[in-house]
Amino acid sequence: MNLSMKWLNDYVKADMPIKDFVADMTMSGSKVETFEYTKGPVDKVVVGKVVAIRKHEDSEKLWICQVDVGQGEPIQIVTAAQNVFEGAFIPVVLDGGTVIDRHNHTTMKIKKGKLRGEVSCGMFCSFDELGMDNSDFPYSSPDGVLVLNDDPDFDKMKVGDDVCKAVGLDDISVEFEITNNRPDCLSVIGLAREASATFNTPLNVETPSFKGCGGDINAELSVSVENTKLCSRYMAAKVKNVKIGPSPRWMVERLRACGVRSINNYVDITNFVMLEYGHPMHAFDARYIKDNKIVVRNAKNGETLKLLDEGKEPISLSEEMLVICDAEKPVAVAGVMGGEHSGIWDDTTEVIFESACFDGVSVRRTAKKIGERTEASSRFEKGIDPINAKDALYRALQLVEMLGCGEVVSNVIDVDNSNKVPHKLKHDWKWVNEFLGSDISEEEQIGILERLGYIYDRSTNEITVPSVRIDMELPCDIAEEIARIYGYNNIPSTVPALSSQAKITAEQKFEDKLINIMLTQGCLETMTFSFISPKWYEKIRLAEDKRRSVVLTNPLGEDTSVMRTTMIPSMMDLIVRNINNRNMAGRFFEIGREYYPEASVNDLPVEKDVLCVGLYGADENFFTIKGIAEELFAKTGLKVKFAKCEDDATFHPGRCAVMTIGDTEIGKIGEIHPEVAANYGVKERIYIATFAIEPMFKGAQLDVKYKSLPKFPAISRDLSLVCDKELASGDIIETIEKAAKNLEQVTLFDLYEGAGVPEGKKSVSYKLVLRRADKTMETEEADKIVEKVLKALSEIGAVLR
Amino acid sequence: MKEQLQNIKETTLAEIAGISDAKALEDLRVKVLGKKGELTAILKQMGGLSAEERPVIGQLANEVRTEIEKALSDKQTALKSAQLAQQLKSESVDVTMPGTRFEAGKRHPLNIVLEDLKSIFRGMGYTVVDGPEVEETKYVFDMLNTDEGHPARDPQDTFYITEKILLRTQTSSVQIRTMLKEKPPIAIISPGRVYRSDAVDATHSPIFHQCEGLVIDKKVRFSDLKGTLEIWAKRLYGEDIKLRFRPHHFPYTEPSAEVDLQCFKCGGTGCPLCKGEGWIEMLGSGMVHPQVLINCGIDPEEYSGFAFGIGLERIAMMRYNIDDMRLLYENDSRFLTQF
Repeated sequence: MNLSMKWLNDYVKADMPIKDFVADMTMSGSKVETFEYTKGPVDKVVVGKVVAIRKHEDSEKLWICQVDVGQGEPIQIVTAAQNVFEGAFIPVVLDGGTVIDRHNHTTMKIKKGKLRGEVSCGMFCSFDELGMDNSDFPYSSPDGVLVLNDDPDFDKMKVGDDVCKAVGLDDISVEFEITNNRPDCLSVIGLAREASATFNTPLNVETPSFKGCGGDINAELSVSVENTKLCSRYMAAKVKNVKIGPSPRWMVERLRACGVRSINNYVDITNFVMLEYGHPMHAFDARYIKDNKIVVRNAKNGETLKLLDEGKEPISLSEEMLVICDAEKPVAVAGVMGGEHSGIWDDTTEVIFESACFDGVSVRRTAKKIGERTEASSRFEKGIDPINAKDALYRALQLVEMLGCGEVVSNVIDVDNSNKVPHKLKHDWKWVNEFLGSDISEEEQIGILERLGYIYDRSTNEITVPSVRIDMELPCDIAEEIARIYGYNNIPSTVPALSSQAKITAEQKFEDKLINIMLTQGCLETMTFSFISPKWYEKIRLAEDKRRSVVLTNPLGEDTSVMRTTMIPSMMDLIVRNINNRNMAGRFFEIGREYYPEASVNDLPVEKDVLCVGLYGADENFFTIKGIAEELFAKTGLKVKFAKCEDDATFHPGRCAVMTIGDTEIGKIGEIHPEVAANYGVKERIYIATFAIEPMFKGAQLDVKYKSLPKFPAISRDLSLVCDKELASGDIIETIEKAAKNLEQVTLFDLYEGAGVPEGKKSVSYKLVLRRADKTMETEEADKIVEKVLKALSEIGAVLR
Repeated sequence: MKEQLQNIKETTLAEIAGISDAKALEDLRVKVLGKKGELTAILKQMGGLSAEERPVIGQLANEVRTEIEKALSDKQTALKSAQLAQQLKSESVDVTMPGTRFEAGKRHPLNIVLEDLKSIFRGMGYTVVDGPEVEETKYVFDMLNTDEGHPARDPQDTFYITEKILLRTQTSSVQIRTMLKEKPPIAIISPGRVYRSDAVDATHSPIFHQCEGLVIDKKVRFSDLKGTLEIWAKRLYGEDIKLRFRPHHFPYTEPSAEVDLQCFKCGGTGCPLCKGEGWIEMLGSGMVHPQVLINCGIDPEEYSGFAFGIGLERIAMMRYNIDDMRLLYENDSRFLTQF
């Protein structure tokens, strides 16, 4: 809502410095976004009178004028304008002044200079150089400079006057951000009421009235409302002997400051009333209302209407839409927009004003369906007060009489089914203080409410809510009214005495632990989008049965249209971006979510937290990422089995493992398949692992019990074995662990293939550390253990080298 | 014999003085003091001396021996320290060369901010709770007084899965779930990912992060909300930070307030960060609307409460001077290593 400060001051004295006005209104709940002077950059432009004029000797087009600008001696101005004459009053930009460049709308600074040898101390202005247009000066020729001699306010203009003031460019336009609950503040009077309460100064609004020129509306017009649910009140009035013409300057300038262009007096009156009272109005040319009959009803399927909006095709109406009809056909879409014939034309002689109250939800749906969200429709959507409809209509008729542009029929039609009664609320001033934690006296509370238009009844402690305030329902609403005018920042600050007990859950601690382990492994934490393109599944060659996703019905684009069922493409995307940005290597991790749809789209999907790790770079290989996994498991006390996985198309078939805890798969780990990398346009080897957090949390052994340090020496034995290349090290270790009693540790310390080892075989060396807890282990015992181990190993095909 | 002894002493001491390595010194020791050494040889002849001469020569021989041993030992110490000095000199390094470093990982800037918030609120007695991101409209809108037709529900602003399921636009849904599940007193924060239909640019993202808070207890007042958020701001920005509470409207709180912080860059005089206003809009808050409590089966006559919602991106971007929101989700390592 843009507000004209001049207009506001018609109703409430708010002449403090604009910065103070803006700051205080913001703090009382009417947030000001910005404000601007209506004159814009126009500066140092005064009314000048041409006292002498002669032709420039060296030019066909130029005139040399002596101009009285109220500085005693006239100044000389050279101009190319041809509509200049002796005695003409013209806006003059003085040396150092600024106006708007008529070609590119930028600010133009005028400086004293010479034109073909003649000094020019300023410049004559046209209306567009003042940022105005022909509608502001209908008497003025669009060519040449603005000659003010025919201006309606010419009598008031004096040489040397600030032109901005003289032509009504001396207002300030304040832009408010009005919240949804306060449609009443989308009006000058609504904001005046707020200003009155904020600055504790009286509001001067009189109930509008009109005289009328006789006649009976019922002889001129009939109104029937068929759907009283969607149209709770319909008021209509008629004006005869209409004189269409320009609006007076005070009206034009107030509209302009509120961001509305002047069209003609009748259109301007409807806009003026809408801005002033917050109530949308409509004006019909009575000629096009067949049989002087208005019917408010639902449209019939198949009906069409060509809207006032020029150049558009007729729209199809449907039966849920409310329309205004004449005896035959729809002439307007209720609360949204009029039909092509319903407007006001230069030759209009009779006007019907409509001031109605339409259902907000219906207007919203209709406006949306026909794609015409108008100023009127957005106001109806937010909720309109039926009582205000009458004031708005009367104000319009009052303005017609004020402007002398028609004869108002003496009475109006009012089909009122709103049954609106004044809303009353109990006011408990002590409770307000308890609720706010404040200490505001009863008198001060009542004073605030009264300034806001509430009527307080001391005998019942009831307040009557102003009818435009559709947002007031509960005691806490009253508390807010009092708090915001009293000042939120004048209410003390206290700390609640919480009786709740905070806790950190075991899951939260576990997640923190995972993050800390990842950080020790040099991994950078990332954040990726949880919706992805379905094509990303194709890119990582995800199995078809794992692609069924939660699908957005209205995504921003295909690339963010499904909720991921795997973190891998997100990790791939960021790694590839890093590669493309020429970052040589990287280690990343993220705890993110995967989303698994249920059988029915009407059920919420299962959301799982997953830790995803990704690495690339010259020093990385399968075993570096596996090292990270092992560190993760070691530090969380997890027993995880790695088993070769050759059938996951995302991964290199020879360098991928599935990780399981018992029978539960917790994730995959491996090198990305070169064809998947190729799908991303990279050749680098990329390593990714995923870890489902829930099963890890369940299996984690975080309760550590101290084991006493060994008291007796250990014996270590190195075993160099030869076996088939395919024999998994994991199986060898498992065999050793099973066979060896008193085994403290077994580690692989050498792997060799090549000369000296038969084709298809490999040499592997393990170090066994054997120790007894109760006494020193004898060599003989160690020998026996090794013997057993070797026997067991030979059964899986591994023999001493 | 006397002369012989004197002679040995003099020549040996002279030799010791000229020696510069440990081996030569040892050789000399053996040559003079060893079993077959010169001094030993002389002492072996002592048997041939008279009873009067023996103690005199014996004493002299011992003196010579002691003197030579001391000289040897002194020389040995000197040689050792010279050798060590030499070794240390050769082992000297350029201490200005870079160290061998294993770089630990780093947390994402948004999570650094979140950890700060978590510890501030945990310190005040709040529990951190989590909830689904794909959520039912009833938890995101209906129960939060955001009726059909409210602009927030518009598909232009909100991502829908079905008519009744959507990507949550705020983590208030977690508050509703908590209120339905638990009895007051409640003091929680619900950090998490939220979704709104904004195209990606320098200041917008369809995915961003919030940390909402909720307190429900007996006699919770508006002043408690003010005090709580003042503590939050002071813990985050220092004791000197100034807040202002500005009336606003949210369907789920009444009264509602937006909270501005006095610009920490210019101190309120106006600068580009605060767009010349001196204040920076930080969060929305308010007293929980009684209807919301009723919707969750909590009696508003008995209980009251407040709620607030803080955007993590905004805090992180201001804290780290990040001028483009996209950087937060692009995960370039050159960006991530800076925090």
